[in-house]
Amino acid sequence: MVEFRYRPDEVTEQPSVTLDAFLDQSNATAVRLEPDDDARALIPFLDRLTLIEVAFPKYRDGRGYSAARILREAGYKGELRAQGDVLVDQIAFMRRCGFDSFAPEASLNPEAVARALSNYDHVYQKAADSAVPIWKLRHG
Amino acid sequence: MKLLTGNELRSGAVTWWTGNGWSIHVEDAADVGEHGEAILHAEEGARRVNAPYIIDALPTANGPRPAHIKDRIRALGPTVRADFSLKPADPAAGDWII
Amino acid sequence: MYKYDNYDQAIVDARVADFRDQVNRRIAGEITEDQFKPLRLMNGLYLQLHAYMLRVAIPYGTLDSRQMRMLAHIARKYDRDYGHFTTRQNIQYNWIKLEECADILEELATVEMHAIQTSGNCIRNISSDQYAGAAADEVVDPRPWAELLRQWSTFHPEFSYLPRKFKIAVIASAEDRAAMRLHDIGLELIRQDGELGARVFVGGGMGRTPMIAPEINPFVKADDLLSYLEACLRVYNRYGRRDNIYKARIKILIHEIGADEYRRQVAEEFAHVKTLGIDPPLAELERISAFFAPPAYDASDVEPDRSDPDFAVWLDQNVKPHKQAGYAIVNISLKPIGGIPGDATSAQIDVMADLAEKYSFDELRVTHAQNIVLPYVAKRDLHAVWQGLRDAELADANLDLISDIIACPGLDYCSLANARSIPVAQKIATRFADMDRQRDLGELKLKISGCINACGHHHAGHIGILGVDRKGVENYQLTFGGSGAEDVSIGKIIGPGFDEDGVVDAVEKATEVYKALRQGNERFIDTYRRVGMNPFKEAIYG
Repeated sequence: MVEFRYRPDEVTEQPSVTLDAFLDQSNATAVRLEPDDDARALIPFLDRLTLIEVAFPKYRDGRGYSAARILREAGYKGELRAQGDVLVDQIAFMRRCGFDSFAPEASLNPEAVARALSNYDHVYQKAADSAVPIWKLRHG
Repeated sequence: MKLLTGNELRSGAVTWWTGNGWSIHVEDAADVGEHGEAILHAEEGARRVNAPYIIDALPTANGPRPAHIKDRIRALGPTVRADFSLKPADPAAGDWII
Repeated sequence: MYKYDNYDQAIVDARVADFRDQVNRRIAGEITEDQFKPLRLMNGLYLQLHAYMLRVAIPYGTLDSRQMRMLAHIARKYDRDYGHFTTRQNIQYNWIKLEECADILEELATVEMHAIQTSGNCIRNISSDQYAGAAADEVVDPRPWAELLRQWSTFHPEFSYLPRKFKIAVIASAEDRAAMRLHDIGLELIRQDGELGARVFVGGGMGRTPMIAPEINPFVKADDLLSYLEACLRVYNRYGRRDNIYKARIKILIHEIGADEYRRQVAEEFAHVKTLGIDPPLAELERISAFFAPPAYDASDVEPDRSDPDFAVWLDQNVKPHKQAGYAIVNISLKPIGGIPGDATSAQIDVMADLAEKYSFDELRVTHAQNIVLPYVAKRDLHAVWQGLRDAELADANLDLISDIIACPGLDYCSLANARSIPVAQKIATRFADMDRQRDLGELKLKISGCINACGHHHAGHIGILGVDRKGVENYQLTFGGSGAEDVSIGKIIGPGFDEDGVVDAVEKATEVYKALRQGNERFIDTYRRVGMNPFKEAIYG
């Protein structure tokens, strides 16, 4: 269930299909990526996708962070959802990688999530979010 | 015999299950028999211990002696810092570990 | 030395608050130990045998006297009056309480220090050459590059849950004092056609499967470096093995797909990443470099008075040539005979801070061999520095000799260890306590690990010792022929293992074989490489 969402549009609860099913000429508009799926396989179809769900079966498996950035770097504008073993202390990094909705398996404390998202005013690197890296603030 | 040990959550100090609580002294440790897992989960859940586990030990006249050197070092302290041993005045403490 | 601006300070301060919140949630039971563990590890907090252990970062091993005194203060106030300097140029405290950890970080933050990413499956503290800025043979000071990487890797959103830990070293000399090619990424800064850039080596490491990093790119320009490293890490994050913790380091990925295929994938990823604008302008490297400008040298080139024989021995063994006439590099050995390698008391840490402030333009370095360096000492002050060190029992003249042993904390402290390391180091150093005998043996790098993780760099020892658990009894395997320097190599096991005293005897026999067979100025490792393992094996097992 989507517990945190940082998009202005309405949730469209459409069932997502696996990457294999999607590539097998599905006309689905929602896809679910498992950690070992290649996010780049979706690049030709980003225009018609409204939801990409990235599975985190275990929080220690960080492949989904790269998947998210790759999709955003390719211009994907739809909903990018982290689903599964998603924990409070990962949400800030996930936001920076381009996720804008979260469906954690175990419910999270909204106050703790808000704190985690507002704890750092600045970032060192350019990523998939709009945060301006410190080097750019230093040099304009 | 089986002992239940772990570290105190807040201080990190090595601690031993005594049958009705925790002690930093291995001599106080009680045989948990078949009940180790149940006590472990209850005590971990209550956050009275961190990273608990069950070990084998031999009963001796001076109390239980853990079967593995690692737990004997845990019980007394680093062998290279006698000043930090739980028994700094006991010349036999080193032999007890090795 | 680098100084934080408001941005750097704000990040470190925020990390203190962040970690305090994480600790509070753990103590309150809002998160489990399983969930807390990666969080505390990413802030350098382990649970070891006797207590929590906190590893504090010393970025590229450089610190000033104020920071050094803070390390002493932490040891005094929160620990047991000593600290342990590590092979990754950090310091560890062995007796930390979870509930005091955030207070320690708060104190560290007041002197621009932290414990960020000193553990965990993320990019660790960037290490470098302890002689940076002082070495006669360096192309450029590597530390501004290391600082650039420190900032880039700090809270990197994509690379904080890598398959496994990730270590980067940066050097800028042909002589490798940082075991560069035994890192996940090793960078050697070079000048090509007048332009500075990095030779990039990827996939080195010690541990269970030691590997020497192959060269993946002969020259990456300064303003492409972060994009290139981002590409290196992304390929690893996506394709590094996650099914087996022992095969999860990048060296295994590169070994399995081959350096050529890895290079190809990185090149492809780099072509894409380079379009994203993630590289800071060169002005940022220049801004950082300005902090590492040479100090205001003012000493004339006078040779010290060598009439005190103890001082002369120390000069010959522990003092190295400097790029600036009139100056020298002083190595402070943390390897007293019979002592614990890398340990220093609060009082000793304070003494080293005082000497740095007075005689070394306020700077110190930590070495991967667990020693300390005063990088900018005027030759006229060498005698005073030596006296100050001697009074604090820090003047052992054994740099690079057989008693200058690298040893991990081993089973005396570490929950991963299989055998104790420190007592073996103590017995070997004591056996060779006679300094004339040590000097006669010359450079001999002896390194001891208490388990296969190889924190004691045994694979890279001219003589390496690996402690294993044989049915509950400590047992020690001996390897010969490793090196972490520019002549990098991995040591080979010579035969069946020994007990603690047996391994000390075997080391002694090996030194006798060396003495009998050496030619000219050959070091132990040179003789070993020339004659091979057999003469040593025969003497030890024969």
